[in-house]
Amino acid sequence: MTPAKTTAPGAAAPRQPQAPLLDVSGLKVDFISRAGRTQAVRDLSFTLEAGEVLCILGESGSGKSVTLRALMRLLPEGRSEIAGRVDFLGENVLTLPRRALNDLRGAGISMIFQEPMTALDPVYTIGDQIAETVMRHTGASREAAMARALELIELVRIPSPERRLRAYPHELSGGLRQRAMIAVALSCYPKLLLADEPTTALDATVQVQVLILLRQLQQDLGMGTIFVTHDLGVAAQIADKIAVMYAGRIVEYGSAEEVLLAPAHPYTRGMLASTVSGQPRDRDLEAIPGSPPDLRALPRGCAFAPRCPRATDLCQREEPGLTPSGAFGHLLCHHAQPSPRNPAPADRAPGELVAGQ
Amino acid sequence: MSDLATSPDALAGPTPETLPRDGRRSYWAAVRERLSEDRVTLAFMTVILGAVGAALLAPWIAPYDPYATSMLARLKPVGTEGHPLGTDELGRDMLSRLIWGARTSLLMGILPVAIAIVVGGLLGVVAGFMGGAVNMIVMRIMDVFYAFPSVLLAVAISGTLGGGMGSGLLALTLVFIPSLCRIAETAASQIRGHDFVDAARASGAPARSIILTHVVGNVLPPVLIYASSLISVSILLAAGLSFLGLGVSPPTADWGQMLSSLRQGIYVAPLVCALPGIAILIVSLSFNLVSDGLRQAMDIKS
Repeated sequence: MTPAKTTAPGAAAPRQPQAPLLDVSGLKVDFISRAGRTQAVRDLSFTLEAGEVLCILGESGSGKSVTLRALMRLLPEGRSEIAGRVDFLGENVLTLPRRALNDLRGAGISMIFQEPMTALDPVYTIGDQIAETVMRHTGASREAAMARALELIELVRIPSPERRLRAYPHELSGGLRQRAMIAVALSCYPKLLLADEPTTALDATVQVQVLILLRQLQQDLGMGTIFVTHDLGVAAQIADKIAVMYAGRIVEYGSAEEVLLAPAHPYTRGMLASTVSGQPRDRDLEAIPGSPPDLRALPRGCAFAPRCPRATDLCQREEPGLTPSGAFGHLLCHHAQPSPRNPAPADRAPGELVAGQ
Repeated sequence: MSDLATSPDALAGPTPETLPRDGRRSYWAAVRERLSEDRVTLAFMTVILGAVGAALLAPWIAPYDPYATSMLARLKPVGTEGHPLGTDELGRDMLSRLIWGARTSLLMGILPVAIAIVVGGLLGVVAGFMGGAVNMIVMRIMDVFYAFPSVLLAVAISGTLGGGMGSGLLALTLVFIPSLCRIAETAASQIRGHDFVDAARASGAPARSIILTHVVGNVLPPVLIYASSLISVSILLAAGLSFLGLGVSPPTADWGQMLSSLRQGIYVAPLVCALPGIAILIVSLSFNLVSDGLRQAMDIKS
C-alpha cells in the first residue's frame, strides 16, 4: 500500500461495503531485455467501482497500454516483471493460478484492442469468434453459443446481423470490425472492460459512433471500464475519473471534473493548453517543449522536470511523492497549484484533435 | 444522454461501403467460384483426377497383367494391335504398366508431402509460437537438413537405408520436412505478434487452444499452398530415385524405374521408351499448374 493512497467512494456508483471492483496499488512493470531494465510503469494506484469509467490519459510511451495489459497479465512472461497488487473483487489477479486466470479473462475482465484490423482472426467468421469465448466460459453448445453471438451482434448494433454472423473480418469495414470486437469482449458480460484506445484507428465519424455505443453499453451493463486514450475530447465525453500518466507514473488522478476543469499538475495543464478547441483563433497553439524521457535511464528527480515550466532545483534532485488532492485523487508534483476553473473542455466533442499527437 | 442514445441508429445505417463485397458466401464458396472461372487450372485438375482415377481403378481398367511377360512381343512400337502403347523390353503391355505405375508414382508424390505437412508443420508451429530456445533448437536441426541439396539428401538417405519403396518414402519425407517446417515457423511467429492472439488470451483461451485454432488455422493456407507445389517435386525425385535403382525395386511398375529399364531399347522403340517420361512430365506439370491456380484462388483478400 502506498501511504498516500485513499480509497474514497466513486462519484457515480453508490458506496458499497465490500471491496471495490478493482483496486490497484503499487503496480510496477519492468521490461527486461539484454540491453537492460525498462521501467514502463512505476507505483500506480487507483480504484474503480462498478459502473465507473476511468480514463487513462497520456502520450505515446507513457505506459497506458502496458498498464492495461498488466491488469490482465497479458505481458510476455519471460520479459516482464509485474509487482504490486491488482485486486479484482478482492482477489489479487497477479497471484492467481493459470487456470483461475483463464477463467477470469473474458468472463470477469475483458479487453478491446486498438486495431480492429488485427484483433480479429482473419480465418474465422465473426460468429465463430464470439461463440468461441461463449462456449469456453459457459460450456454452452455450439447452437446456443451462435444464438448468443447473434444477440451480441444485435447489441452492438451491427446492421443485418444474421449475415454478419457468417462474415469474415475482411468483409467488414473498420467501424463494424471494432463493433464486432466489442461484441467478442462483451460475450460473457464482464464486470470490468478494458479498452485500449478503441477508437484511435477509426475515422472521426465512426469514432463518435463507437464511443457512444461503448458509453451506452457500459451504462446498460453496469460495467466498470478503464479507457486508455490520448484524446482529451474522448476523456471529457465519457470519463468519471481521470488518471494522467507521464513516464510510467500517474501524475494526476481525480474525478474528471477536477482534472479537466481545475488541473493542478503542470503536465496536465500543458496538455490541456495544447488542445485545438476553446482557444482564440489568432493565438498559437501551446506545445509542451521537449520529449518524454528514456524509460531505461530516468532522470534522478521528477521525470517531467526537464520540460516543466515550474521546475526548480528540488525537482531535479528529488522525485515527488504522492500528494492527496480533491475528493479521492492524488498528485505527483512538488509545485502543484490548483488553477482557476477552465470551462472549455467539458463540452468538447470526442475525436477532436489534440495537438502534439 | 437521451439524444445520444437514439443517434447511433441514424448514424450507423448501412452505407454501400460497409456492405461486404462477398455477401453471405463463405470463404470456400468464394474459392470454388474463382476456381471455376480458371479454365487452365480446371483442365489440369481433370488431368490429375484422371491419373488418380486410373491409379485407383488399375486392377479393373488395365487391359493386361502388368507383370505378364512375352518373349515374342518385346519392344513393340506404339499402335501395335492389342498393345496400343506398345510393349516393354520383356514384352509387358506398356498401357497396363503405365496405369499400374501411376499408383506408385502418385503414392510417392503425395504421401511424403502429406507426412511432411503433419510433422514439419507441427514442428514449425511449435517452434514459431514458443520462440526462444525451442525455436532455436528445432530450426537449427532443420538447417542441418537444409544445407544439403534435396536430390543429394534423398539419394544419400535412401542409399544408406538400402533402397526399396519404404526407404524412398522416408527419404523424400525427410527432404520435405525442413522447408515445410520453415514455412510454418515463419507464419506462426508472425501470428504470435498479432493482436488476435492477445485477444484470444484476453478472453481466457489456454495456449493449447490458441495453437490449435488460431495458429494452425492461419498457418494452414500458406503451408498447403507450398505443399501442393512440392508434390510435383516429389514425383520427380521419386522417379529419379527409382531411375537410380534406389526407389521401388523391379518388377513393380513405377514410371521412374520403367524409364531406367527401357533405356536400352531407345533405338528400337524410341516412343515407347519415352512414354514413362512423358507421363511423369504431364502429371508433375499438372500438379504445378494446379498449385499455382489454387494459390491464386485462395488468396481472396488481395
